[in-house]
Amino acid sequence: MTFHLPRRRVIACLSVLAATTALLSGCGGSEDAEPGSPGSGSASQSVTGTITVFAAASLQDAFTSLGKKFEAEHPGSKVVFNFGPSSGLAQQIGQGAPADVFASASTKTMDQVVTGGDATEPTDFAENTMEIAVPPDNPAGVRAVADLAMKGVKVALCQADVPCGVTAAKVFQNAHLTVTPVTQEVDVKAVLSKVTLGEVDAGVVYVTDVRAAGGKVKGIEIADDVNAFTTYPIAALTGSENKRTAAAFVDYVLSPKGAAALTAAGFRTP
Amino acid sequence: MPALVAIAFLTLPLIGLVVRAPWRSLDRVLAESQVVEALRLSLVCASAATVLSLIFGVPLAWVLARAHFRGRGLLRALVTLPLVLPPVVGGVALLLAFGRKGLVGEYLDVWFGFTLPFTTVGVVVAETFVAMPFLVITVEGAFRTADRDYEEAAATLGASRLTVFRRVTLPLIGPSLVAGSVLCWARALGEFGATITFAGNFPGRTQTMPIAVYLALENDPKAAIALSLVLLAVSIAVLVALRDKWLNTGSVA
Repeated sequence: MTFHLPRRRVIACLSVLAATTALLSGCGGSEDAEPGSPGSGSASQSVTGTITVFAAASLQDAFTSLGKKFEAEHPGSKVVFNFGPSSGLAQQIGQGAPADVFASASTKTMDQVVTGGDATEPTDFAENTMEIAVPPDNPAGVRAVADLAMKGVKVALCQADVPCGVTAAKVFQNAHLTVTPVTQEVDVKAVLSKVTLGEVDAGVVYVTDVRAAGGKVKGIEIADDVNAFTTYPIAALTGSENKRTAAAFVDYVLSPKGAAALTAAGFRTP
Repeated sequence: MPALVAIAFLTLPLIGLVVRAPWRSLDRVLAESQVVEALRLSLVCASAATVLSLIFGVPLAWVLARAHFRGRGLLRALVTLPLVLPPVVGGVALLLAFGRKGLVGEYLDVWFGFTLPFTTVGVVVAETFVAMPFLVITVEGAFRTADRDYEEAAATLGASRLTVFRRVTLPLIGPSLVAGSVLCWARALGEFGATITFAGNFPGRTQTMPIAVYLALENDPKAAIALSLVLLAVSIAVLVALRDKWLNTGSVA
C-alpha cells in the first residue's frame, strides 16, 4: 500500500504495454473471429481483448475481484486496472493516457473528463460514506469525530482536491469541527497505509477501506447526522480502442452481479 | 544522427515546459503563499540536508578512502545504496527505522515524545538519506586521488593533524567538496519519493516544491508548469555554478 506512487507509475507503464497488446491481439483476434462470429453471434465472443480501467483508489479491492469475475465470464478478455486518486486519473485521461473505462470517486472529477470530451453519459453506480480508521490498539483513544480535533491526536487526511479529502471536509463541516491533519496524502490508500503502519493515530477513509483492511485497522463509525457521502460515476471513454469490451465492463459493474460485489465491499448501490 | 535524437529527446521536454509556460499569470502563481512556502521549505531543507551531509559525509568519505579494514567494499556498497535505491523504497525503509513504530523511532517516541514523520526535520532526514551518498562518493574520489606526499611533508614539518587537514587536505579536495555539495543539494532539492513517503504532505511543514508540482498538476496544471519553471531555473543555476567550479579547477590543477 505504501508503494503507491511508483506502483501507479508501474501500472501506467503496464497499461501502456497492455494497450499495445490489446491492439495486437485485437488485430489477430478479429481475423480469427470474422468467419464464425456473425453466425454464432454470442455476446461473450465479441467481448475480447484487453481493456484498461482507470479507477479511484477506493475501488481497488471491489474492482479487482469484479475484474476477475468479468474475465471468467468473457474468456479472451483481460481487464487491467490503474488505481489512483480520481483527480490525478482524470488529469492523465485529459493528457491522453490510454484508458478504456473511467470510474471516479466523485461526480466532479467525472464532469472534468466529460467536459474534456473524453467521456459521454456517465452512470452513477455506487456511493461511499466515511469512517475513522485507527490502529488496532487505538493509541489516542479516538471514539468519535470530535476526538480528531483534539490536540495531540495525529490525523492523516486525503489532500483537499481528491474526493476522499472533499468528503472528509464535509464531515468536519457538518460536525462544526476544525481538524488540522499532520499530513494530506495523495489518495485514500496512502492515508490507510499511514494508519496501518501506526504512524498516525487516526485517518478519515471510506467505510469500504476499513472493511478491506480487515484486522489491520479498527473502524470507528461516524454518526449518520454528520457523515457525508460521495457518488461514484463510471463511463466508457471515447478514446477507447476496444469500445465493445469497455461497454461490456461498464454494463457488468451496473448489473446486479456488479452491485452485489460492491455491496459486499461496503458500498451503497443505487 | 543518434546524437541528434538524443539531443532532441533531452531538450524537447524542457522546451515544452518553456513554450507552454503561462508567462502572463506567472507572477500571480508564484506570489501565492503556498508556492512561496514550498519554495522556502525546499531551499531550507535542501541546505540543511547538505550541511548534515558535509558534517557526517566527509568523515565517512575519508574512512572509505584512507582507512584499511576488512569489509570496506561492502561498507561502501551499503552507504552508497541510496544512490540506486528507488527513493520511495528509501522512504518506506526510513519509516521502518525512524517511524513511530520503527526500530529506532519507537524509542524516540517513548523516551523523548518525539516523532520524525510529518515534520520538517523528517523532510531533512529523508533528503539527507537520499542525497548524502552523492557527496560521499565525490569526496571519496578526491581523498583517493589527492597526493598524500603533501600531507606527509606537512606532518614532517611539524604540523598537527588538524592543521594538515585544514591547510593541506581541504584545499586539495576543495573543488570536489564544492562539486559534491552542489550535487547533494540539487538532489535534495528534487527529492520527492522518500519525502512524501516518510514526511507526508502538509503545506508549510513538509510540502516541498516537487510535491507541490505533483499535486498542482492534478488540479491546476498551469501552476504546476510555473513551479516546474522555478525548479528548472534553480537547476540551471546549479549547472552554471558547477561549470565555473570545474573551469576553475581546470586552471588550478
